[in-house]
Amino acid sequence: MQERVKQKAIELLENGTVDRVLGWKTGEFFYDLTPAVFTSREEAETNFVFSAFSGANLSKYLIAESRKGGKVAVFLKPCDSYSFTQLLKEHRIWRENVYAVGVQCDGMCDAEKLRDAGCEGILSVREEGENLIVGTLYGEKTVARKDALLERCTVCKSKKIVTFDELIGENGEELDSDRFAEVARLEAMTPEERFDFWRGELSRCIRCNACRNVCPACSCEKCVFDNADSGVRNKAAADSFEEKLFHIIRAFHVAGRCTDCGECSRVCPQHIPLHLLNRKFIKDINELYGTYQAGADPETKPPLTDYTVSDCEPSVVYERGGKP
Amino acid sequence: MQRVGVFVCWCGSNIAATVDVEKVAQTLKQEPGVVFSTHYQYMCSQAGQEMIADTIREYGLTGVVICSCSPRMHEATFRKTCQRAGLNPYMVEIANIREQCSWIHKDREAATEKAVILGRAAIAKVHLNAPLTAGTSSVKKRALVIGGGIAGIQTALDIADAGFPVDIVEKKPTIGGKMTQIDKTFPTLDCAACILTPKMVDAAQNENIRIFAYSEVQAVKGFVGNFRVTIKKKARFVDETKCTGCGLCTEKCPQKKVPNEFNLGLDNRRAIYIPFAQAVPKVATIDADYCSMLKTGKCGVCSKVCTAGAIDYKQQDTFLEEEYGAIVVATGFNPIKLDKFDEFAYSQSKDVVTSLEFERLMNAAGPTGGTLLRPSDGTHPKTIVFVQCVGSRCDDSKGKPYCSKICCMYTAKHAMLCREKYPDTDVYVFYIDVRTPGKNFDEFYRRAVEEYGVHYIKGMVGKVVPENGKLKVQASDLLGGRQLHIDADMVVLAAAIEPDESARPLATMLTASMDTNDFFTEAHPKLRPVESPTAGIFLSGACQGPKDIPETVAQASAAAAKVIGLLCKDQLVCNPCVAQPDELMCNGCSSCEKVCPYGAITYINKEFRGPNRTTLLRRVAQVNGAVCQGCGACTVACPSGAMDLKGFSNKQIMAEVDAICR
Repeated sequence: MQERVKQKAIELLENGTVDRVLGWKTGEFFYDLTPAVFTSREEAETNFVFSAFSGANLSKYLIAESRKGGKVAVFLKPCDSYSFTQLLKEHRIWRENVYAVGVQCDGMCDAEKLRDAGCEGILSVREEGENLIVGTLYGEKTVARKDALLERCTVCKSKKIVTFDELIGENGEELDSDRFAEVARLEAMTPEERFDFWRGELSRCIRCNACRNVCPACSCEKCVFDNADSGVRNKAAADSFEEKLFHIIRAFHVAGRCTDCGECSRVCPQHIPLHLLNRKFIKDINELYGTYQAGADPETKPPLTDYTVSDCEPSVVYERGGKP
Repeated sequence: MQRVGVFVCWCGSNIAATVDVEKVAQTLKQEPGVVFSTHYQYMCSQAGQEMIADTIREYGLTGVVICSCSPRMHEATFRKTCQRAGLNPYMVEIANIREQCSWIHKDREAATEKAVILGRAAIAKVHLNAPLTAGTSSVKKRALVIGGGIAGIQTALDIADAGFPVDIVEKKPTIGGKMTQIDKTFPTLDCAACILTPKMVDAAQNENIRIFAYSEVQAVKGFVGNFRVTIKKKARFVDETKCTGCGLCTEKCPQKKVPNEFNLGLDNRRAIYIPFAQAVPKVATIDADYCSMLKTGKCGVCSKVCTAGAIDYKQQDTFLEEEYGAIVVATGFNPIKLDKFDEFAYSQSKDVVTSLEFERLMNAAGPTGGTLLRPSDGTHPKTIVFVQCVGSRCDDSKGKPYCSKICCMYTAKHAMLCREKYPDTDVYVFYIDVRTPGKNFDEFYRRAVEEYGVHYIKGMVGKVVPENGKLKVQASDLLGGRQLHIDADMVVLAAAIEPDESARPLATMLTASMDTNDFFTEAHPKLRPVESPTAGIFLSGACQGPKDIPETVAQASAAAAKVIGLLCKDQLVCNPCVAQPDELMCNGCSSCEKVCPYGAITYINKEFRGPNRTTLLRRVAQVNGAVCQGCGACTVACPSGAMDLKGFSNKQIMAEVDAICR
């Protein structure tokens, strides 16, 4: 699979189907793959990498790349294709300039998880069946692949590639995942416990903006947090409440458009489980307005900007235990 | 910084009794930018307005805050005052310290504090106000009337008389509505057809009126002065231009077993039919649900007998799009279905009828030729029991909470007519209250009791049981304090009335508001009773609430007067408080376009200057200021905050919130 993806990238550049290829290349370490644009066969041959660490969702980069003129190829894992479809729905990507290659995905790995499993000084990772053979400074170690997956892959919502021009591997189906289990656990807490939980998590925020910058839904021409006129711009947290508001405002801004791609939590250097805020919104939308998955198709109206008679009434706040 | 003047109104004692206006004026004087602050007994009076105008000139005010009643009441008044004094009318803000403060509070101290806070918010907002200039839009000088009953006909005739073209859209094959089914009218007992049919003919012959019968409104776009309406003309399978209305086809059609809706199913009609003799347009219609030719392709009798060659089995629904300046809703009413009232045995006995069915049984053009006969066996009923308030003033789950208003009078009419035509009948009327406000109404009811000897009994009927050809009526006589058992031959139920079922979807199309009972809401219950809150939409007849014929006609003419007033104008002043996108921030995502109820937003691809002398093509929103009604839905939907509402910008609202939370 890994080789087939790379060969496809080379082939598309070579036969002139596209002018550029959006893929991944090695970052500082082999396990921190980073999105990259390849413009020639040679470049792709040397630098293109698709591996168990190709977690990065490439769809957001198409907002800029699809407007540059010429055609750009992109590799989309199932969850990336949801973001891609959502962005198409919002007219953010110029579809005619994109050649989308869907890639079957068996879950992406997280180097942090390998470290948690006791792998120090990681030098290489080799896949062998259900296991990863990790070469380290201190010898080889075997880690089960399922123990090394990114959080989002452990509760994968869908193996279905929604939008594509060409497919590598098999297209899958939507899955019954228990991705809301952690949200339900938080909901079961008392308000005080929950506040303490989030205060603990969010107090680690350093406002590096990585979550915002990676988020495909956070693609405004001008972000409110960069807009002096908005009155909420602030780089450093002036008080302990500020970073909480940043994340809560961000969750509100992407509500109904977040596909739950999990990139926010993947890139957070402080390991804040930001995806839980978005998932809480998704869970509430499902419960109050009927099940809705952003990016699952190009047509359905998003429930938060559409009115139906069965929509919940504002009193739902009190009914669910909020204080009047 | 604006130079702000604050004017606190007492509204007589409406505000001053609960709010310390002196203290409000004094406190608000301390706010930044406030150069003048005072209070006065009636700010809306001539003297009050003069004071505002003089102060604007004397102090060079650039912003005015008026702490008074709701802006819905006097915002326009004070804007005009300021405009006269040379200030842009949109530099005025109203703090509503009456409806939102003095009227709902009792504690003087707390109310005063709240009034100060509301005033502070208005001051914070006025600092961010910018002068706005209203544009204008043209008026299409043609009106649409939806519904061709007496309300619609009267409105159309009045508008047409003023010289404006009017179209009537009626879903039934003929205009005329409910009044065509009524026998006599109270309180004068003149024949309904005799006064209605000339009006129907007038409408048909008026050169300013076009009638689209057997048609429905399919879609409405646009706004006051410029509505674009799609009308569906349903297939009649008869060419309207060729049919002479001779009625030969309706006699020869072999399909004789179609329930006749004009007689409420009390008799049958053919599959091709003309609803009644005076129908307008007098054109036959094929009922596609029953016509053998349309269902199986076998028959074709009507086509063979039609000398005009008007039958066209291949006819399709057609759609036409028309432009209108104003739309009048006249969708009328229907009696409610009685399935939830089985205690009256309506579904068990043919001799239990609704009042409208009773009208048909009394009508010379009805199924019995005007002789009152029991539907079950065709005999003369000797004892008739009328039950009022069947579903009116009733618990929500079963009927309607409101009074249907017309039943007391038509029941008195029915009772009186029975006694007049058949003096040997015993007539009982069971009522909760008899309500007869209206010119000559109570006299009419008294006549039924005193001259015609109708037995009026206060109390409700508990049960009706059909037994051996009789209807056993169990009822209570509340004044006599006893139970009554009457062996009746007929029972007549005064069913509650409700808005026509087409009203709700129509209201959605028109973005006109409705109450919980699906009656259209008027712009003001007392002062603007024939206008919908949606500009350019007017209300005529029972679609707005239960009404008898005189009231319906009065409202129909009132609605016409309002429409004429609108169509007389060449230009309408637009509301300048419309949405405005910041193109530099717009993502082009179409969220606003999707939520806009008026279709005011479109998108264009526009070139912007990029870095290093490059250009960028971006998709950005455009607002048509003439179409935008300033509802603000787009500003909330916009994910990037690019959409803003002039006069109610996000910043202004945040400033108000900040001022309140200070």
